[in-house]
Amino acid sequence: MKILVCISSVPDTTSKINFTSDKSALDTNGIQFIINPYDEFVLTKAIKLREQHGGTVTVAHVGPANNEPTLRKALAIGADDAIRVDAEATDSFFVANELATIAKDFDLIMAGRESIDYNGGSVPAMIAEILDLGLINGCTGLEINGSNVSGEREIEGGKESLSASLPIVIAGQKGLVEESDLLIPNMRGIMTARTKPLNVVTAQANEERTVSISFEKPAERASCKLVESGNEAELVALLHNEAKAI
Amino acid sequence: MSVLVFAESWDGKFKKGTFEAVTYAHETAKKLGVSTTAVTIGKLADDAAQLGNYGADKVICISNNINTCDSQGMSAAIAEIANKEGASLVIIANSNTGKTIAPRLAVKLSAGFISNVVDTPSNDTPFTVKKKAFSGKAFENAQCNNDKCVLALAPNAFHIVETAGSATVESFDAANRVSKVTSTNVEKATGKISLAEAEIVVSAGRGLKGPENWGMVEELAELLGAGTACSKPVSDIGWRPHAEHVGQTGKAVAPNLYIAIGISGAIQHLAGVNSSKVMVVINTDPEAPFFKSADYGIIGDAFEVVPRLIEEIRNFKANN
Ligand SMILES: Cc1cc2nc3c(=O)[nH]c(=O)nc-3n(C[C@H](O)[C@H](O)[C@H](O)COP(=O)(O)OP(=O)(O)OC[C@H]3O[C@@H](n4cnc5c(N)ncnc54)[C@H](O)[C@@H]3O)c2cc1C
Ligand SMILES: Nc1ncnc2c1ncn2[C@@H]1O[C@H](COP(=O)(O)O)[C@@H](O)[C@H]1O
Repeated sequence: MKILVCISSVPDTTSKINFTSDKSALDTNGIQFIINPYDEFVLTKAIKLREQHGGTVTVAHVGPANNEPTLRKALAIGADDAIRVDAEATDSFFVANELATIAKDFDLIMAGRESIDYNGGSVPAMIAEILDLGLINGCTGLEINGSNVSGEREIEGGKESLSASLPIVIAGQKGLVEESDLLIPNMRGIMTARTKPLNVVTAQANEERTVSISFEKPAERASCKLVESGNEAELVALLHNEAKAI
Repeated sequence: MSVLVFAESWDGKFKKGTFEAVTYAHETAKKLGVSTTAVTIGKLADDAAQLGNYGADKVICISNNINTCDSQGMSAAIAEIANKEGASLVIIANSNTGKTIAPRLAVKLSAGFISNVVDTPSNDTPFTVKKKAFSGKAFENAQCNNDKCVLALAPNAFHIVETAGSATVESFDAANRVSKVTSTNVEKATGKISLAEAEIVVSAGRGLKGPENWGMVEELAELLGAGTACSKPVSDIGWRPHAEHVGQTGKAVAPNLYIAIGISGAIQHLAGVNSSKVMVVINTDPEAPFFKSADYGIIGDAFEVVPRLIEEIRNFKANN
């Protein structure tokens, strides 16, 4: 089975987000980039599926050369090879088109539920649509048997079991594997990752349907009003009269 | 020409996010000087015409029963209507289903796609709207370069407004398709308020020491008609189900009121909850970072404060 895992490279979750002085872009000064946390669950699951069924795990990323450490990390975790499409990933449709071009040759196409930077939650569904494939979005469980796929997804107020067949697109999250099962690179992994293939390809299509004009930060909250412990009645009154929240 | 809005239903009933989406579509259509058309899929227990109360001029009911797991079938059916109606703007609430069909629809319609939208368009040519970015740590003003655009709305970002309008209702048979994904079982968590749509969320963290102490959290939530949530370590250790995990890597919530009990307020936690309108923190540690982000706080032991709070809310409810 040929598995493709789409990896996006995002600011570390502890990052304070700031923008350039003209507010047109993220200020990347001092920001460390990591594998999108949802993609980590997906990557570990892909490697487990390879252990069960044989085959290969390829990771793909659309982004500039300075994102390569993220791909090397994915190789160190256990992917067999990597593909980087050399382009700025500014628009989700553009990214999905590039990834779909690569994904055509794979049996199982896996991505994260959403990337924690621009939070589109759109690339996997777009890949599925471009390739005329089924999709399990928000996938929390996955088993493959021959070409049969059984999956589980979160729905509002519950969960749903699904069946489908390969090829398919999976947009995954925690539950595919547990937090404690996440694979992390070991020394040998890091050494071998240096020599695993990382192929750089040029972008094909270039239609960008949306652009970012500017960024802003949420308004600061006024300072916290403290209520004495024991005086819960006052809190209730404030929530009712002042905040109009109850 | 019209603004099209997908009126999602669950068990035949419209969801709260649907009324938000229809209101949004109506406000936007008014600005653009066009009409609002809502689309429903499958059998409805609710009266489709009631969408008129939120500003729909016309409701088109797709009669095919398409399962919500068939994102391809749903988006194809909505695309048929969008083309028939000449819609240049399609509005969808960012629910689990909405999130899955909206990007597909954008591909089908050759439209631009903007998700997590929190405000009506600031400009119509070029079309510009504000959306959440960086897990609620920022907003982005995004512009669509295509003449068509699909917008997915962040939940609870937009007020429901009732109007005195009325809607005509028509039925439509979409082309039948074979679904590539089929549903084999649905396990419903009964009686629970969906976190994404909850007006009030009561959330607790590692400060509660163990799963056996969640009784008071649930009691407070029930009293307030609230959803329950938790911090990431709490769901990682298995004290609470994963579905309750909120934050940057869990669910993002934006209720009117978020009550955080025994949660320190780490940046990753705040990222998923700081769009809440009012935040209350209860924590023993005056240095807990949550106090810097909350609107109201009590420095104190949750095991004393929460039972007293429950009593006071009970008194309040009895008198109001
Ligand atoms: C990649 C990554 C992603 C993450 N994503 C998320 C996420 O999405 N969501 C999330 O929540 N976290 C996330 N985290 C974890 C986050 O950094 C914090 O570790 C976590 O939020 C802390 O949870 P907590 O506040 O419940 O526990 P703690 O930090 O242990 O805080 C417990 C709090 O309870 C207080 N307390 C103790 N006893 C009492 C008492 N009797 N009464 C009242 N208060 C009491 C303490 O003073 C303390 O402030 C992420 C971390 C990483 C590295
Ligand atoms: N630039 C990118 N390169 C590779 N994969 C991506 C990229 N952007 C998004 N993805 C994948 O699509 C998922 C959802 O991202 P998004 O639609 O941007 O929220 C991510 O978790 C990744 O798996």
